[in-house]
Amino acid sequence: MTRVKVKKKSTFIDMTAMSDVTVLLLTFFMLTSTFVKKEPVQVYTPASVSEIKIPETNILQILVDSKGKIFMSLDKQPDLRAVLQRMGEEYGVKFNAEQEKKFSVASTFGVPIASMPEYLNLPSDKQDEVLKNEGIPCDSTDNQFKSWVKNAKEINPDLRIAIKADSKTPYAVIKKIMNSLQDIRENRYNLITNLKTTSEE
Amino acid sequence: MSAEVQESNKNSSSKQKKMTVRVDFTPMVDMNMLLITFFMLCTTLSKPQTMEISMPSNDKNISEADQNKVKASQAITLLLAGKDKIYYYEGQPNYADPSSLKETSYLASGIRQQLLKKNYEAVQKVNELKKDKANLKISEEEYKKKLAEIKSGKNTPTVIIKATDDSSYRNLIDALDEMQICNIGKYVITEITPQDKALVAKRSGDNPSGSADQSKEGGI
Repeated sequence: MTRVKVKKKSTFIDMTAMSDVTVLLLTFFMLTSTFVKKEPVQVYTPASVSEIKIPETNILQILVDSKGKIFMSLDKQPDLRAVLQRMGEEYGVKFNAEQEKKFSVASTFGVPIASMPEYLNLPSDKQDEVLKNEGIPCDSTDNQFKSWVKNAKEINPDLRIAIKADSKTPYAVIKKIMNSLQDIRENRYNLITNLKTTSEE
Repeated sequence: MSAEVQESNKNSSSKQKKMTVRVDFTPMVDMNMLLITFFMLCTTLSKPQTMEISMPSNDKNISEADQNKVKASQAITLLLAGKDKIYYYEGQPNYADPSSLKETSYLASGIRQQLLKKNYEAVQKVNELKKDKANLKISEEEYKKKLAEIKSGKNTPTVIIKATDDSSYRNLIDALDEMQICNIGKYVITEITPQDKALVAKRSGDNPSGSADQSKEGGI
């Protein structure tokens, strides 16, 4: 009966060290990572050898999907509101306070200005569905894209323009965008790319 | 040993039992793990890269003056066509003869070879400069200054990138990438002229010689 003599050991494991480790990891992730922005369309950017990092703030991002639909995003909410007001004045569209608020919290926008009030009245889950099939018009007859950029630049002159386009986007669309930007004398801008993983030296 | 005895004596005198201050950290760890999982799934560590380009302004006078500056002998024109094809010519092409347009590829053995050959001097200088920098002979600022100097040097080629509407954004980025790899400081993206367009159309029309060129290019 040796079994009786064995003392019962407690199964309590000291989790303090484990907790330390997890807190450290958590801090690391919180400090180094950035949140994934919700984008209405999936965009695969082409790879390049360029290693310049994009600044985090004051970015006017132009998102172009593979079919040539254009979306835009601004990172500052007051700017967004002001831009919407100006666009409304320019195109004669009125927005109420509720709509403006909804616009300023949305991460990406991209519907023709005429249907903007209607779009903003939709609940947010419906908005995502609608947004996928819209896009800012950028034709020579109806260049709303140009007005958006121009107004955004007037409100915040420090804005940097960054174009994020899908690698399959036809050059014709890119040309339209570049020409529009040139028209409003925006000659310096960034093209967002991935880092090329395989070296081809 | 003696300390322990003393302490027990004290305890017995004050009649206070020593409490264990051990706290169970398991729920804390659980919560932290959940948070970590959340952060790993909802965030990205990699920041997107970017390419900075500056386009010529739309002013008619400036662009004409700039165009005059480009010497025909030092100019290479890249024509980005559809289906990932790329053509180039040096100086002025013979618009009547489509074979003056050479076909090449986006591979390292393709257009890069041509550009490196053309930009040989500058590439040599940049490589030396990079070595100096690696050996800590020059500072970061000096390096940048010298690099800009070399890139805008006299004998460097000027590359004109003309993309057709059929080409994709990726083709453009690839072409711009080559500029960076080959240390070409002077390049411009301009609209394709109808003449060039016709030349590309003619060139891609005659398949036999085009494919022959391709295989030669791949063989090297």
